[in-house]
Amino acid sequence: MSGEQVRSGIASGRLEPAQYAANFADLHPVLSSHEARVEADRCYFCHDAPCMTACPTHIDIPMFIRQIASSNPLGAAETIFSENIFGGMCARVCPTETLCEEVCVREIAEGKPVKIGQLQRFATDAAMAANKQFFARAAATGRKIAVVGAGPAGLSCGHRLAMLGHLVTVYEKKDKPGGLNEFGIAAYKAVDNFAQAEVEWLLQIGGISIEYGKALGRDVALDRLRAEYDAVFVAIGLGAARALDIPGAELDGVDSALDFISRLRQAGDLSALPVGREVVVIGGGMTAIDAAVQAKLLGARSVTLVYRRDRSRMPASVFEQDLAAAHGVHLIFNANPVAVTGAGSTEAVTFEYTSQDGERLVATGETFSVAADQVLVAIGQVMEAGPADLAVADGAFVRSEHNRSSLAGVWVGGDCARSGDDLTVSAVQDGKVAALSIHESLMG
Amino acid sequence: MADLSSTFVGIKSPNPFWLASAPPTDKAYNVTRAFRAGWGGVVWKTLGEDGPPVVNVNGPRYGAIWSGDRRLIGLNNIELITDRPLELNLREIKQVKRDWPDRAVVVSLMVPCLEEAWKAILGRVEETGADGVELNFGCPHGMSERGMGSAVGQVPEYVEMVTRWCKANTRMPVIVKLTPNISDIRNPARAAKNGGADAVSLINTINSITAVDLDSFAPEPTIDGKGSHGGYCGPAVKPIALNMVAELARDPEMEHLPISGIGGVTTWRDAAEFLALGATNVQVCTAVMTYGFRIVEEMISGLSNWMDEKGHKTLDDVIGRAVPNVTKWEYLNLNYVTKAHIDQELCIKCGRCHIACEDTSHQAIMAQKQGVRHFEVMDDECVGCNLCVNVCPVEDCITMVPMAPGSMDPRTKKPVAPGYANWTTHPNNPGAVEAAD
Repeated sequence: MSGEQVRSGIASGRLEPAQYAANFADLHPVLSSHEARVEADRCYFCHDAPCMTACPTHIDIPMFIRQIASSNPLGAAETIFSENIFGGMCARVCPTETLCEEVCVREIAEGKPVKIGQLQRFATDAAMAANKQFFARAAATGRKIAVVGAGPAGLSCGHRLAMLGHLVTVYEKKDKPGGLNEFGIAAYKAVDNFAQAEVEWLLQIGGISIEYGKALGRDVALDRLRAEYDAVFVAIGLGAARALDIPGAELDGVDSALDFISRLRQAGDLSALPVGREVVVIGGGMTAIDAAVQAKLLGARSVTLVYRRDRSRMPASVFEQDLAAAHGVHLIFNANPVAVTGAGSTEAVTFEYTSQDGERLVATGETFSVAADQVLVAIGQVMEAGPADLAVADGAFVRSEHNRSSLAGVWVGGDCARSGDDLTVSAVQDGKVAALSIHESLMG
Repeated sequence: MADLSSTFVGIKSPNPFWLASAPPTDKAYNVTRAFRAGWGGVVWKTLGEDGPPVVNVNGPRYGAIWSGDRRLIGLNNIELITDRPLELNLREIKQVKRDWPDRAVVVSLMVPCLEEAWKAILGRVEETGADGVELNFGCPHGMSERGMGSAVGQVPEYVEMVTRWCKANTRMPVIVKLTPNISDIRNPARAAKNGGADAVSLINTINSITAVDLDSFAPEPTIDGKGSHGGYCGPAVKPIALNMVAELARDPEMEHLPISGIGGVTTWRDAAEFLALGATNVQVCTAVMTYGFRIVEEMISGLSNWMDEKGHKTLDDVIGRAVPNVTKWEYLNLNYVTKAHIDQELCIKCGRCHIACEDTSHQAIMAQKQGVRHFEVMDDECVGCNLCVNVCPVEDCITMVPMAPGSMDPRTKKPVAPGYANWTTHPNNPGAVEAAD
């Protein structure tokens, strides 16, 4: 073990330089053509397939798998992209084990579902490697639509609108597109700058321009967009990490897990990225897992993930839990943080055990302490103050059928419009549904 | 422990598993390895007449079709008869037979349609001590264009003539190998019998093109941009071979002439099926060309265990047992009524039974019950066709359940008639005749 690795506090360069590339390599090795065909051969081409129903974007999964089996990966990719233009990223980040693969009849029959996610990756990678475009713009409609937010929801909406012949302007707060695909997902799930490559690829359809550094409310007003455009789609995400509200939360070393992931994703040199020696991650979702595993991969000696409820209620899937465990992350359940302690910077987190009383979480009064020179908080996101005229309920914009907002001419989607379900694939579907609804309202 | 020893036209072998005349039996090296592995006998790859050996192509000789995981299902070849000197083959045959006296060594032959040519080679084969000869009237490529192989096998008169020449010129048993590339296998088989053959072996390979290269638009296997039909074999041809074997086994004119069964035998089970349909032994080629000679261990052990389990002591207890159950369609019992039944415990709800029945058959399987995904047979529509059983991915999930005589068939709304009734006496048959008293 190198000296750096055992150095206390938050430090960079804990690993040998070569180790970083190995640690942050692709989580799932890509299937070879033969492996893909063999795996595709396992699909039964079910009637009214349960996997299709389980997919939020309703990709015709049996059909694309049959196309792979018959050595037609580009045909498979077209089938996928026609329902989900982010099929490449979804193949990487979807928790397939709780969606399509969970209901695969092979899962029911033998506990081994067809590897739908990996097959989708195989097909979409083939199309992107060939830089194949499947969709052309329809004749120009002369309609202009503003999309706010260049994440999966916004760009899914923009792409579909462009396909339908509309002109789209996307306003993005950051200086890069991609949303959480770019800033909020573990690096080993989107290697080789995939999020950017995917956006570049899908923008080739044309008719979509993006204005960076334009935040809604700060640089552009919703009123102005409503006045200047024929329709507006707001998909601004949530924007703010929920803060830890306990004593000591202000100490140095307490950080948002999402910010940690974002810095990691944007880092040019991972060895320059500091990480604690003892890291505690608080939370139970995908962000918590992504942060915990990556802290470990950056060379933290110990990483402890603490979730306040029991394992069965953990939002992260069993696959994600196993992934964390396999990387040496220590998972503790039924414990609530009560204080962060330390002189100036964090040294430990004190937790109190909880027990579940039906849906209610009960504190037991018993406490324990975990050493921590870095605390990563992953207890969800909350909406930053949005446009006052869009109605909000349960921390998200109110939406009705086809993702219409409370305002005429404004549609909403993605994380800012859904409470709880923060999946990329759901955001993509929101954008697609909104685009079709906008198109219908403008052209119908 | 079942006795697997086999006697075929007087030729004894420790088991009924022979290697067919083909590349695996082209020389002593291979045959010795095969015997060491446990094969009961070989039919040595076809010898031609003395003189300059035949010339094979130097590009691909084989084409294939595969399942998704590249399991070989069918193989096709355009290789010719042995391309080694006759003298070398004869010398090796003699040595191998001397070294392995308990194994069957039969020699496949193909020479021009002249009695002198057959007489000449038969004499030389006899000198090797080989157990018998097999006349290659089946090879469908290369040699047939020169008036040999299937060019003979497709003309019953030639089959009979050559067989007669051979019988007149050797004391060895003569087995006639039949080509399936004909309309009725019984015609050349009867000709062989009339010519005095001791047995027939079948099937030889089937004319085929395995695939077309869609870049070069050439058939496969492709030799410099061109392809030719080749002989098809392997698991895919087994059903065709089984039918032809059964046709001969139940042909009264064949008078139980011994049959050596060939065509897609890959496991002991395939072999047992050929035996049950009347073959006395089996010959194997594609399976060893795919997996090597060791598979005979599985065949011996599998056949033996099955025979023990069923109480069959010798091969004679098995050979021909299924022949009486092969009949013409018109004698099938029309009073036998079955309905498909889906075991809901085993069903994995893939819905293939439903869509197969709905799109292509009798609309007899529901996909929903009370709004829930559920696959169940509607007896009032089910004709008992068995398609759902065949497309179901789960073994034994769907079974065909016979209806008891007297019970009401909800489809026809008539009771299932007792006893046996067939088409020959059915009222809808314009040719029906009243049974004589």
